[in-house]
Amino acid sequence: MTVLSKNNETAPQTAAARPAPAPRRRKPLGTRAYKVFRVAALIAVVLFLVAPLFWMLLASFKTNVDIYDTGKSFFFTPTGENYANVLQRNNYFVFIFNSFWVAFVSTVLSLVLGVPAAYAMSRFTMHRSALVVLMARVIPGVSLLVPWYYVFSNLKMVGGFEVLILSHMFVSLPLIVYIMMSYFDSLPLELEESAQVDGLTPIGAFRRITLPLSVSGIATAGILSFIFSWNNFMFALVLSGSKTKTLPVAIFDFVSYASIDWGGLMAAATVVTIPIMIIALFTQKYIVSGMTAGATKG
Amino acid sequence: MSVLTPPRNARSQPGSGRNAGPARSAGENFSAWANRHRKWLFAAPAMIFVGVLIVFPLAWTLYLSLTDSQGSVRAASEFVGLENYLTVLSDGERFWPAVGRTLTFTGVALVCEVVLGMCIALLLWRPFRGEKWVRVAILMPLVATPVAVGMMWRLIFDPNIGFVNQLLGMVGIPPQPWLSGQDTALGTTIFMDVWQWTPMVVLILLAGLTSLSEEPDEAARMDGANAAQRFFLITLPLMMPTVIVAILLRGIDALKTFDILYATKGKGGGSFHEVETLNVYAYGLSFDYNQYGLSSAVLILFFMIIIGSMWLLTMRKKAVSK
Repeated sequence: MTVLSKNNETAPQTAAARPAPAPRRRKPLGTRAYKVFRVAALIAVVLFLVAPLFWMLLASFKTNVDIYDTGKSFFFTPTGENYANVLQRNNYFVFIFNSFWVAFVSTVLSLVLGVPAAYAMSRFTMHRSALVVLMARVIPGVSLLVPWYYVFSNLKMVGGFEVLILSHMFVSLPLIVYIMMSYFDSLPLELEESAQVDGLTPIGAFRRITLPLSVSGIATAGILSFIFSWNNFMFALVLSGSKTKTLPVAIFDFVSYASIDWGGLMAAATVVTIPIMIIALFTQKYIVSGMTAGATKG
Repeated sequence: MSVLTPPRNARSQPGSGRNAGPARSAGENFSAWANRHRKWLFAAPAMIFVGVLIVFPLAWTLYLSLTDSQGSVRAASEFVGLENYLTVLSDGERFWPAVGRTLTFTGVALVCEVVLGMCIALLLWRPFRGEKWVRVAILMPLVATPVAVGMMWRLIFDPNIGFVNQLLGMVGIPPQPWLSGQDTALGTTIFMDVWQWTPMVVLILLAGLTSLSEEPDEAARMDGANAAQRFFLITLPLMMPTVIVAILLRGIDALKTFDILYATKGKGGGSFHEVETLNVYAYGLSFDYNQYGLSSAVLILFFMIIIGSMWLLTMRKKAVSK
């Protein structure tokens, strides 16, 4: 039995040649046993991915006594004390602001530099130039940190936001160029050409036609760049100071105290991950298209 | 071909952003110049930014690797030629084990992620009810902050209070040391990496699967091929380019894994260097022990390993795509 696939270009001809099949979207799949297996497997996958996060969330509402009591794994009296500790006594609001500010500014600046660059590299097929930018994604960060640290500490910039933002842009920019290049590659050239026939200059066509059409691509690149910057640990570990400490570094410092305050640590870990997960929840589509950018063109 | 109407907002504000009045001709000259050179005008700032931040540090790292610099980069150092490289390459205690761990970590994690990723992608391929929620679940590990993820697993894998040992206890398996065991630590961190990054492989492979034409699969089905035959003889070969892209993207990051290793085992990859990969080793040499000369040599060698494996994969991809 043949069934038409939805996005098949030759579909109309085949449909004419063969007797019209039932208007089903996909072919029916196998036996009942397979269906049961599939549901079970899907549930296992979801559990595998979500359960650890759920465990972290649970522990963040437990007192340390309850965490050590294996009988109280799921049933315990929730407490908000860990969060109060983390947010008030450990000044996490400052770290949250730092993380947000560094991620936001480095993303905006990287977009300003990266989107036009990706556009030029896509339209003029500057593959070698693109390679220079994408190199940044391959180089181990440590090899850059020693020289950076030396130069920036001579300039008295270590511990300031500028150097942190610069280093995060170094992560964001290649990512943005990579995503936007594959986006511009997929945008038809005709639109710009006819805009130029209508009297716009090439840069005008880029600004008035291409940019407005690229909003979803730019959103994709921006969101991913924000997430990567928010999660970045190594650059901030070396280059941030007491005033510019970002959340990942703050969590890491949490365990260097004598014994581990598990409840507090889990509350801190939750505070870092929750904002990014909420963003991810609402921007799912963009994250998926960003993660898969350029993966399927031969 | 129809002539395209410019979007409304472009029309409603004619000439906005252009210089008006006396400066007009200068503005027009500039605009003409900018349009003529837009290729480099657009591309150069980003390239210069990355270039300055890469080329100079890389050149310096290369220079440092040829000196005996240590303690402080500012301290006087002497040119020692290839001595650091010889020291590093003959170091069977830290360097070679670190190379081994890096390759084990990357290799095992990649194999697990690709196999598991392919299975999950196949499960998700055809639409089903509740698809939306499964997709959300897949995204969560992917966006979670690696350091926080490391801390989370530290609690879950804790030998005394961890949930994993509790669970094993229920089925009668004795508690395992996991992260604190000398032999089990690396495997546990590989598991963490698989948990966090399999979703990325799933997303990439799923994008590849959805873009496949259904006809070859359909034809094989008509010829009576069973599901396994169709997967191994039709789908997998067609998916090979995508699989290699996934390996390439994931492999670069896996080789450079740092966050979860440093977050779970701390300096030097633990007291017995159980999880000390090249990246952790180089970081430790640089920032915990200030051995800049040695660490630079390690980094240059590490960089060559990364470039080498990428080159091998790209060659493989070209062969597969043909």
